[in-house]
Amino acid sequence: MQLEQQLRDRLKKKDILLMTHIVLGYPSFDTNREVIRQMVANGVDCIEMQIPFSEPMADGPVIVRANQEALRNGTRVADCLAFSAEMTATHDIPFLFMTYYNIIFKYGEKAFFAKAKACGIKGFIVPDLPPEEGESFLQLAAEYEIAPILIFAPTSTDERMRVLASHGQGFIYCVARRGVTGVKSVIGQDVVEYLKRCRQATSLPLAVGFGIQDRDDVSALIGKADMAVIGSQTIRLVDEQGAGLVGPFIAGLR
Amino acid sequence: MDKQGFFGNWGGAYIPEVLHQTFQELNAEFTKCKNDPAFWQEYVELMSTYSCRPTPLTHAENLSRHFGGAQIYIKREDLNHTGAHKANNVMGQGLLVKRMGKKRVIAETGAGQHGMATATMAAKFGLACTIYMGEEDVRRQRPNVFWMEKMGATVVPVTDGSRTLKDAINEAFRDWVTNVDETHYVFGTVCGPHPFPEMVAWFQSIIGLEAAEQIIKYHGKMPARIFACVGGGSNAMGIFKRFIPEDNVELVGVEAGGHGIATGLHAVRLSGTDASPGVAQGYKTMFLQDSDGQMKETHSVAAGLDYVGVSPILADLWEKGRVRFEAATDTEVMAALDLTMKKEGLIPALESTHAFVQAFKEAPRLTPDDAIIINMSGRGDKDIFTIAHAFNDPSWKEFIIKRGLEYSQDK
Repeated sequence: MQLEQQLRDRLKKKDILLMTHIVLGYPSFDTNREVIRQMVANGVDCIEMQIPFSEPMADGPVIVRANQEALRNGTRVADCLAFSAEMTATHDIPFLFMTYYNIIFKYGEKAFFAKAKACGIKGFIVPDLPPEEGESFLQLAAEYEIAPILIFAPTSTDERMRVLASHGQGFIYCVARRGVTGVKSVIGQDVVEYLKRCRQATSLPLAVGFGIQDRDDVSALIGKADMAVIGSQTIRLVDEQGAGLVGPFIAGLR
Repeated sequence: MDKQGFFGNWGGAYIPEVLHQTFQELNAEFTKCKNDPAFWQEYVELMSTYSCRPTPLTHAENLSRHFGGAQIYIKREDLNHTGAHKANNVMGQGLLVKRMGKKRVIAETGAGQHGMATATMAAKFGLACTIYMGEEDVRRQRPNVFWMEKMGATVVPVTDGSRTLKDAINEAFRDWVTNVDETHYVFGTVCGPHPFPEMVAWFQSIIGLEAAEQIIKYHGKMPARIFACVGGGSNAMGIFKRFIPEDNVELVGVEAGGHGIATGLHAVRLSGTDASPGVAQGYKTMFLQDSDGQMKETHSVAAGLDYVGVSPILADLWEKGRVRFEAATDTEVMAALDLTMKKEGLIPALESTHAFVQAFKEAPRLTPDDAIIINMSGRGDKDIFTIAHAFNDPSWKEFIIKRGLEYSQDK
C-alpha cells in the first residue's frame, strides 16, 4: 500500500507521473548518482534501478548493452544494494529494483527482501517471474511490504489481467506492445483499447512504457494511464551527450 | 513430472508475461498431440520417409576387440537427414507448428545442427525461418551457416555476451516476444521453459525406443550401460528415456571437460562442483554462475556442448542418482575421434565423441557378455575445419591456403 499511496499523493498534483530507468553501474555509479540527482531535481516521481544480469532476456539492445558494460566494469550486487541505500536516503521519491529472478534467487529470496527493505526500496519489477513461479516471492513481498509490480502485456487476456492484478501492488506495469524494451512506437487506437482493458482489470495505478522520447509521447498518455515510463531514452542520451542533458530532457517532458 | 513443468526441484516456466498466452496455446496443443496416437504415427511415418528412421545400431566389432571388454554398439543418429539427432525434435515441432497454424519459425543454434534441421523443416513445410547463432559459433561452424542460408533461412549472428549458445537463446526469445502471434520458437534442446523440456524429450525418445528393440535383437538382452554426451541434453534424454525404468541399465551422461575442470574453461555442470542452482533462460537448473548469479563463460571444442545450463530433467535424474555424469576433455576427444575413424570408419561429431571417450574408459572393465551403447548423436563432417585445425593437418592447411589465394585473385 505504501508505494501506491505515495504515487496517489503525487497524482493529486500532476496529471501524469514520470518513472525513469537506470542500469546500476552503467556507465558508472558516479554517473548514476548524477543522472538520478538531475532526474529528481526535474520532477521524476519514481525511479527503477536495474541490477544488471548477464542474461537480460526481456530487454532490448540499449539496455542489454548497458547490462553487459556494467558487469564488465565489475558491478556486483552488493555495490548495487549499497548505492540504492544511499539514493533512498538522499532523495524523497520511491525507488524500485528491476532485475531478473536469478539475482534474487541466488542471493536468497528472504535475505534479498530483508536487505532491500533496509535499503529503503519500495517495489520490485522482475520480468521473468510470473506469479505461478513466485509463490514464496509474493509472500515475502507482503511480509516485507515491498510492492511486487506485476506486468500486463497486450497479449494478456482480460481474465489473465485480473489474475495478475490480484497479486500486484503499488502499480501495474503495462507493456504497450509486443517486443523488447527501447523500441519506439506510437499510441494508436489499439494501445488506447489495450489501456482501457488494463484500466478495467485493476484499480491500481497504470504505468506505461513504449519507447517514450518526448513531451508529445507523454501528453498522449494523460487520462489513459497514471505514469509514463522513460527507459532506454535516458541511457541513449547519457551515452551520446553525457549526463548533463538528462535534467533538461526530463524537464521538457511535461 | 510434479507441479507445472517441474521435475523434482528443476524446470518451471519463468517467462515474461507477453509469452503467457502463447505458452497456454502451446501446452494445450502439445497435450492434445501427446494423447493422440495418430500424431505419433504421423511423426514416425515422417521420420521414416524424410529422415532415415529407424537409424541403425552398429556393432563396433573392431573397437570391442581393441578394448577387450564389453561389446560396443553405436546408435547411428548421424544417419538422420542433416546428420544429427536434432532432426527428430525439429520435425516433431514442425508438425505441431502446422497444427497451430503459425507461419514463421525461429531457432537458436550452437553447433549449427539444430539450425540446419530447422532450416530444412521450414523449407519442407513452407515456413519463414530465422536462425540465431552466436558470432563465435558462426565462425566455428561456417559450413552449417552456408547450408542454412542456401535453404532460405536468415542466419543472424549474435554479438552479445559470450556469443555462444546461451546468447543465441536470449536473442531468439527477444524475437519471439516481438513476433509472438505468427512465430513459433523451435527450441532445440530439453531445456528452457515448460513444456519444452518435456516436449523435446518426447520427440527424441524415438532414439531409445528403437535402440531397446535393436539391442535385444542383436545382443539378446538389455545393455549394461548407455553413454551420451550432454550439452543441453536432448540426445541423452532421447536415448535414456526408454531405459529409465530398466534398473540394471546404467545411464552415463558425458559433459564437456574443455581444457580440464581445474582450468575453469569447461562446460561441466553436473560432473563437477562448479555449478549451482539458478534460474535463467526460462527454467531452473544447475548453472555455471558466479556468487552473484551472473552466468560464466564456458568452453568446449564442441560448440553444441558449450552451454551454461543443463536439462531440468537430467538435473533431476542426477539428483536422484539415476544418471551418472562424467566429463571428457578436448584432448581426450581428439584421441577418441582418431581411434574411432581408424578402427570403424565412423566420423562422430566432436559433441558425440565425448560419449565415446567415457565409453572407451569403461569398456575394458566390463565383460564380452555385456553390451554398451554409445549414442552417436551426429556426424563429424560438419566439424571438418575444427578437426583439421586440431589435428594440425598439413595437407588440409595447404588446400585452404591455395583456395584462399584463388579467391583473393578472383577479386
